[in-house]
Amino acid sequence: MSLATHDRPPATTGTVAGRAGAPNPGSRRRRSDSGWWPLLFAGPFFLGIAVFYLFPIVQTAYFSFTDWGPFGGVTFVGGENWRSLLSDDEFLRALFNTVVYVLVVLLGVPIAVGLATLLNRPTLRGTMVYRTMFFLPYLAMPVAIALVWRLMFNGDFGVINAFLGLFGIDGPYWLSTPGFALVAVAIVGLWMAVGFNIIILSAGLRSIPPELYEAASLDGASRWSQFVRITVPLLTPSIFFVVVMNVIGGFQLFDLLFAILGNNPVIADTKSLVYLFYDESFVLNNRGYGAAIAFVILLIVAIVTAIQFRLQRRWVHYA
Amino acid sequence: MPELASAPALRRPAERRTGRNGFAHLVLVIGSLVMLFPFAWQIITSLSTNAEVTSIPPKLWPSSLHFENYSEVFAQLPFVSQLTVSVTVTVIKVLGHLLLGALAGYAFARMRFPGRGLMFGLVLAIMMVPPQVFLISQYQIVQGLGWLNTVAGIVAPGIFTAFSAFLMRQFFLGLPDELEEAARLDGANPFQVFRKVMLPLARPGLSALAVVGVLVSWNDLLWPLVVATEPGTQPLSVGLATLQGRFVTDYPVLMAAALLACAPILIVFLVMQRRVIDGLAVSGLK
Repeated sequence: MSLATHDRPPATTGTVAGRAGAPNPGSRRRRSDSGWWPLLFAGPFFLGIAVFYLFPIVQTAYFSFTDWGPFGGVTFVGGENWRSLLSDDEFLRALFNTVVYVLVVLLGVPIAVGLATLLNRPTLRGTMVYRTMFFLPYLAMPVAIALVWRLMFNGDFGVINAFLGLFGIDGPYWLSTPGFALVAVAIVGLWMAVGFNIIILSAGLRSIPPELYEAASLDGASRWSQFVRITVPLLTPSIFFVVVMNVIGGFQLFDLLFAILGNNPVIADTKSLVYLFYDESFVLNNRGYGAAIAFVILLIVAIVTAIQFRLQRRWVHYA
Repeated sequence: MPELASAPALRRPAERRTGRNGFAHLVLVIGSLVMLFPFAWQIITSLSTNAEVTSIPPKLWPSSLHFENYSEVFAQLPFVSQLTVSVTVTVIKVLGHLLLGALAGYAFARMRFPGRGLMFGLVLAIMMVPPQVFLISQYQIVQGLGWLNTVAGIVAPGIFTAFSAFLMRQFFLGLPDELEEAARLDGANPFQVFRKVMLPLARPGLSALAVVGVLVSWNDLLWPLVVATEPGTQPLSVGLATLQGRFVTDYPVLMAAALLACAPILIVFLVMQRRVIDGLAVSGLK
């Protein structure tokens, strides 16, 4: 839900600056002393934000320096949680698993670029029907859809191995082999994300001037070379945005993992960062350690977002 | 060709080359089948017997349709109470998003008050922070209020979202000033201006907000999983994810339940597609 500024970066900042030259400064001034009204309008909202979001950030930061006893009692332990993170195999494993998951999901981006390009051909009929079908997985409850994938990936009677069998491939026991189990979950993640990616990429495709394609085809450029030389370069800002969204979303991996592998012994080797956070905080009651993991996730998201903003600035001229 | 000639120049000349899209259709049809297959498989499984589902190789079509699997869902699982929780939570949260978001967004967009910049900066910052950073503390608060295993507890943090105020602020900023001026000159107070003039104009923003809210609330797992541990007080997402024992291997009943849990959202989407897609595109939701 972050980064919603993508579509209209200019609107998100500098309202005051933007309105400094408004034609009617008098009325503007009158509005500035609107008395208690702002409190009535924004007060309830901001109170909730303060209680449920601002205070928790501070408190969680404090928790990350504490140890929670098994029978209650919170003791301050300094940087111990943070130090043990770096030597904790389970944490490093979860970090690795999450990165693997993200990388597999990112394979869906080139697929989505291809599909979106085909889908946005001006001469194509049935665009809306296709788009609807591609978008359905994104809307379905992850937990509910995970259940059918769990069945499909079953090593004995799963339809996926039956399909692979048609080509003489002896499919693995997807859900009980750690490496395959994670890939299976990532395939579901990829499948869910394609529709969303197509929607974002389609908006980018529609902003490419059609004249470029007309000129190129007059020059005898093939559709493939138009795709490589016009579509992909002009679509880079959207592609990059989609990559960032997939990375940030991928680091939130929990629902699918919980529903597909949650009651499967293989989960011990396939936890994601958020899963480990959940496990430590709410199953094992190590909330201090959980808090530290939460901040690691924040740190990763912050780095990805920072990279995005930096690179986006370079691409302003495309817009 | 003649029927194309009669069409106005809305379409580009390339329209005549429709035949060249064969390859595109081929790829898109295969892609659509991949997208739809799990849903189809869910439906087929929900109408089979467990023996058929677990046979090797799997049967692609049941020998007879077992609709009774759907009544089993209601008989075996606390489905009705969980559905009630899901609906209640979603309705309350979405109404909250609309009300709080519209009011605060309007204040951020159109009123000047001390601390506005700071408050809005904090709202933006919160949108970037992953939910886990709030979660432990939110749990402590809800526990302290005695709201574990209640609708209030499930709703409590999520009814306030930075995103709702952000989206509505952006929307209000895009509306012209003049209408408000006129109403104000007629002596309307700020709330009347908001209620009578601005809110009706903000309908597209509100509907985008509602779309996102319904989707997020209905499908949410982690928070309700943590605060609602008794099956009767859980929403459907948690109920499905934590099914234990024999239900896990009774695939037809499980699939019927999963399908019933997804159905409301998918139906809403099919009915108001455009609005849903626009709403999500605006939000950049992920």
